[in-house]
Formats: sequence, structure tokens, C-alpha cells
Amino acid sequence: MQTEIKFAGFGGQGILLSAKLMAYAAMKQGSFVAWVPSYGPEMRGGTAYCTVVISDKLIGSPIIKNPTHLVAMNLPSLEKFVNDVKPGGIVFINSSLIPITSNRTDIEQLVVPINDIAIKAGNIRASNIVALAAFAAKSKLVDLDLLKDCIKEEFAAKAKIIPLNMKAFDEGVNFANNNI
Amino acid sequence: MAKVLMKGNEAIAEAAIRAGCVNYFAYPITPQSEVAEYLVKRLPEEGGVFLQGESEVAVGYMIFGAAAAGERVMTTSSSPGISLMSESISYIAAANCPAVFVNIVRGGPGLGGILPSQGDYFQATKGGGHGDYHLLVLAPDGVQEAVEMTMQAFTLAEKYRGPVMILGDGLIGQMMEPVEFPDNLKTEPSNKDDWATNGMDTRKSKKRNLVKSLFLNPTELNNNNLALKAKYDQMKREEIQFEAYNTDGDYKVLITSFGTMSRVCRTAIDLLKEEGIEVAMLRPKTVFPFPEKAVFDAATKESCKAVISIEMNMGQMVEDVERCVKGQRPVTFYGECGGDIPSPEKIIEIIKAMI
Amino acid sequence: MGKAFSKPNALSDTMTHYCPGCTHGIVHRLVAEVIDELGIQGRTVGIAPVGCAVLAYNYFNFDFQEAAHGRAPAMATGIKRVRPDLIVFTYQGDGDLASIGMGEIIHAANRGEKFTTIFINNAIYGMTGGQMAPTTMPGQRASTAPTGRNTDLTGMPIRMANLLSQLITPSYITRQAVLKPQQVNKTKKAIKKAFEYQVEGKCFSLVEVISTCPTNWGLTPLDSLKWAEEKLLPYYELGDYKIPE
Repeated sequence: MQTEIKFAGFGGQGILLSAKLMAYAAMKQGSFVAWVPSYGPEMRGGTAYCTVVISDKLIGSPIIKNPTHLVAMNLPSLEKFVNDVKPGGIVFINSSLIPITSNRTDIEQLVVPINDIAIKAGNIRASNIVALAAFAAKSKLVDLDLLKDCIKEEFAAKAKIIPLNMKAFDEGVNFANNNI
Repeated sequence: MAKVLMKGNEAIAEAAIRAGCVNYFAYPITPQSEVAEYLVKRLPEEGGVFLQGESEVAVGYMIFGAAAAGERVMTTSSSPGISLMSESISYIAAANCPAVFVNIVRGGPGLGGILPSQGDYFQATKGGGHGDYHLLVLAPDGVQEAVEMTMQAFTLAEKYRGPVMILGDGLIGQMMEPVEFPDNLKTEPSNKDDWATNGMDTRKSKKRNLVKSLFLNPTELNNNNLALKAKYDQMKREEIQFEAYNTDGDYKVLITSFGTMSRVCRTAIDLLKEEGIEVAMLRPKTVFPFPEKAVFDAATKESCKAVISIEMNMGQMVEDVERCVKGQRPVTFYGECGGDIPSPEKIIEIIKAMI
Repeated sequence: MGKAFSKPNALSDTMTHYCPGCTHGIVHRLVAEVIDELGIQGRTVGIAPVGCAVLAYNYFNFDFQEAAHGRAPAMATGIKRVRPDLIVFTYQGDGDLASIGMGEIIHAANRGEKFTTIFINNAIYGMTGGQMAPTTMPGQRASTAPTGRNTDLTGMPIRMANLLSQLITPSYITRQAVLKPQQVNKTKKAIKKAFEYQVEGKCFSLVEVISTCPTNWGLTPLDSLKWAEEKLLPYYELGDYKIPE
């Protein structure tokens, strides 16, 4: 069983970090994982994307053209990648920045106002954690408490922003559980 | 030790430290600059040396100087940078100094691109600089192997007193995978009294040492080349590493592939197997010395009708494969080298067309 | 009666390959005397250039490395960084240091690498057979400037000591000559000071030494000394260009 998640947005939205935390938690859970970023000039303010592969066996090709999941944080990301998602796959749409959904009917589309939730939680910069939390809650790929521990570990050197991120995480989970 | 999730570039950096190398000189180039960014923080903690040189040309000679002084030393770069270092690598090989070079290969020629490529196979395995020399070249297929090979590289460099190269690519450098650092791959530094230029006072003999590559006398130069050749022959006897994948069954096609590309091939082979199509792969882990006999044996298995080398270049390792198969089976090639990595589906399509 | 004159320990007992009248031998001896006097022979590593002094290691008796053309300062950097306890010097000519190795010397000096460079400036490529160097004087003939250096096409000779002394990083930069006995004595003092700065771990140091090349200049040894005095010294003024604080 292999799951492939593409996280996509613009540079600075914390896409790479969300993806890394997902991979890290899955690794701690005993899965094989690979985290494959886009890199180079496109990182500087343009579209950033990152793929996380989670598998119960050794990962062959980590280059995934057709992921099972897409987390689209802005409109260009949705437009660019939604048609790549495997039939039966799941797409998370950040409705704070994306006013549309895809017209594909063979995938599940989950609409989450990620930025608004983050602002409500205290800071728009926690959007990536909201997205991660909502995604994790719906996809059930990793244990949520384990994922929270991974976030705390990641921010260990910046302890004062941990409460904000925990709040953002909980809000993300709540929204996913109650609204979608 | 528990697994940690690390970028290939950072894992290579940490592996060097775990292998006892605390001296690093480098020049920034995408896609490997994370190695320097990691080591600039880590090496001071280890009491080591970090220096960003003014060019890859200079860095090559910083490596040469440090290696000749008997210290474990490493640099990392990417294709255009390795071209600039190739001059020094020739000198280092000629002067019999141990040093580790990591090439996180990007597309070429020229400035090429910054995405993964295997376009430096010829440069890595056939010399690269001037004169008759080789590096021992290890080609990892992922972050864990990059760690293990980096650690082994220091031991091999000292065993053969010559340059060893890790031939990675942009994907291996940029990707994160879980890794462990096997402590048993760390070795004690070898005794260098016979050759290192670290001051006459350091050795009992009080004899001075000389590190050089100039031999104006033709007999002496020939002898130095014969001594180098003897090392390469010994490598061929003692250091060949390869992976044979799905070679037990009656396969019709043998794939040869290395590094990142071989992972995609492995996925394709698994998918073909589900359809009842048996395909095997021979993956050189040392691309110099090349697993000549293993390739020949795998290619000439009775069931095997054809060999295809699949690479992220325009056909480089395939020349070694053809050489080893000795005309016993048809050898074909598929490759891409713009930076996109051929997909398992593409490989499946190509294999199906062969049978 | 004691011995009045003997070969320094740091020199080996070998005939050099240098041409009659060449001043490399003088500078080799000065370096060796300084190494003896400072008692550092056992921890010194010399770096030979590409040029006439490529075989310098045959004439010195301590550890030596041989660099590629121009790269000696990078090698010295490598050694000195990993083994700061060693005493490291490069011995380079003007083609090696001022042409192909310009990048390496400038950056080593600017980083303040704690090694010593002995820079032999004789305004010509010696070993390769008298080609024009960056230091060749306007109008001076060379095999690649058969009618004399045309500065419209090749620019003016580079004054390395002046140039390096412009760097802000503290260093010891001096230009000396070995055309007369009193100059030889001053050159030795400069070389000694340069090595002392290194022993103290103080700074980068470079001693430029105005030298002769009778063979490639097409002059007798005596005429070479006179030519250098008349043509080189007015342009390459002697003296200390930079002294560390």
C-alpha cells in the first residue's frame, strides 16, 4: 500500500515543512517514506511543491506524477496539479485563496478555509499547520498525537511559537471533523 | 540508533563527520549547497575545518593540500563544479592522495539545468581530467546508501591512497528519507608516515616526504602509471559492489541501471511482475570498478533475450554494458536527461515493446 | 678555528638545474637559512610551483608538495587550515602567481591565510622558454612578444606587492631584490620576518623578490643584474608595502 501526497502552494506558505512533518510522523509510525521537493529558482516566491510518499514497503520510484492526494494551498497549484490526481484520490482545497473547485467527478474534494482558520487561531503563518492537521484528520494516515509531537519537536528551538501551532493544529482538526 | 529523516545533502554531510572526516572545503552550487550549510554549523562543534573557497578550482587544491598533509578531507559539488575540480583530481590521483569528492549531478552540458541527471557517468568513471587515472566511484540509489557509501569512501580512499567519488544526483541530494548511520563503517585513520607531508618531526625516520606528480624521466612516469594501474586492478578484484534484482526467475529482459534511475526500474519490474512479465535488473553500485562479470553473467542467462540500459543521460553506462556483454545479447538503451526522471509507466511501455 | 661557511641543514646536498646567473639559488639559500635559524625544519612544508622552481623540492630538505600551475596558495590554505601547527610556504614565479594563479593568491591573502609566499619576479616565463609574463616590462622582448611588450594590447605590468597591499586584511607585503649583496641581506631579513609572522600565527606574508633571468633575457649574468637595476627597480620599487598592526 502506497500513498502519495502532493503539497503545493506559493513559496513562503510552509509547504515543505507541512510535507516534512507528515513524512516524519509516518516514519515514526514505521512506514517507509520519501520527501521530494521541487527546488531551484522556483522556490523563490513562485509555486512550491513537495511530494511525500508513504509506503509499507521499500519505495521504488519516489518521483510521483499521479499522487493519491493533493493539498492545494493556492489557485495556481490547484489548476496545475488537480488533473494529475489519481482517480479515487482526494484533493484538499484552501478555500481562503481558491474560489473554485475542480470539475472532476472521480475524486473527492474537501474544501477548507485554511487561512481563515489560521487567522482565527492567532496567525496566518500557521496556515501550513492548519492544512496539515485537517489533512491528517481526514486522511487518517498518521496518528494525530504523534503528529503533534513531531510539530513540537520541529519547533523545539522556537518554543514560544509552539502554543500557536498547537492551537492551529486543533482548529484544523476540529474543522475537518465537524465541517467536511 | 533510531532512524532520522534527513535530506540527502545533509545526510552525506553528517556521514562524513561520522566517518571521522572533519575537514571540508567547498564552493556553493545548486543542488548541493545544503552540505556546506549543514557543515558550517556542525564542523565547529567537532573542532573541524570549514572553508568556502573562492572557486571550485581552488577548492580542489585545498583538498589536495589537506589530503597530502595526511588529514581526512572531503568536498562536495555538482557537475560544472566537478569539471573545474577535475584538474586537481588528476593531480591527486597521480600523487596518490586519499580524498573524497561528492558529485550531486545536475543536467549538462554547459550550465545545463539544476535538476537530477546522470550525465556525468563518463566524467566520473573514465577519468574526467587529463592523463591515465580513475577514481573509485560509488553510485548510491537513495539517501541511506549515500550515507553508507560516504562513510565507506574514506576507508577506500585511504586503502587505495586515491580519490573516491560519490556519484549522486539532484534527487538524492534534495530528497529526505529515513537514515541510520552505521557506526561500524567508521575506520581508524591509516598510518601515513611513509608519504604524508605533515612535517619530518612527526615520523620516527625523520625522512622527508614529497607529494608530487611530475616525473620528467620516462621510466619513472611509466612506473607511476603502472602503480596506478595496479591499484585499479586491485579495485576490480576487491571492491566491486552491485545489486541483482529479480534475477532468480526466468527473465526475458535484463535492465542495467544505476542510482536514482534504478529505483524507477525496480518499481517497473514489480509492476511487470504483477502482469506476469519477468524482468531483472543488474545495478552497479560501484560504477568504477564496473561489475563486468556480473553484467555478463546476468545478460547471458539462457532465458534472457535482450539487455537494455536505462539511464538519465543520452547513453553512457550502456557503453560499459555493451563491452561486458561482448555481443552475446543485443544491448539497447533508453534515457532522458532534461531533468525529468523517466516514469515507471514509460519503462513498462519500453520493456513491453521489446518482448 | 670554526667553520666559517656551510650549507644550511634545510638545503639538500644537490646541484641545482638553474642556469648560470639565475638568482633562484640565492633565494633558496635565504629561505633555508631562515628555516634553520628559526628551528622549524621538522615542521615545515614547502609548496613548489610550476615554473623553473618546480623542482625546488630537490634542493630543500624538508617535506614538500608540488602544486599545479598557480594553485600553490590554495594548497597551502588546505594544509594550513587542517594543520595550523605546520609552517607552510609557497615558492612561486611571476607566471605562476601573477597570471594563472592570480585568483588563488588574492583570495588567500584576503582571507589572511597564515602562510608565507616567496614570489620570484623576473618579468618573464622561465621554464616554458621566455614567454611574456604579466610582469614583463613595456617593450621588453619575449618569445610571445617578439617585438617587445605592446601595452596597448596587453596592458601594463602588474605590480603584485602594490596590488596585494590594497587588501584591507592585515598582512606583511614587501618587495625586495637580490641584485646586490646589501639587497640580499635585506631580502633575508624580510624572509625571516615573513616566517616569524607565521610562527606567531599573525598574518599572511608575501616577499616579492626582483630576480634575473639571463637566459631568457638574452643577457650575461652581469648585464642582467644591471638591466634589472635600471629597468625593473624604477617600476617595481623596493620596500615594505604593508605591515600588520
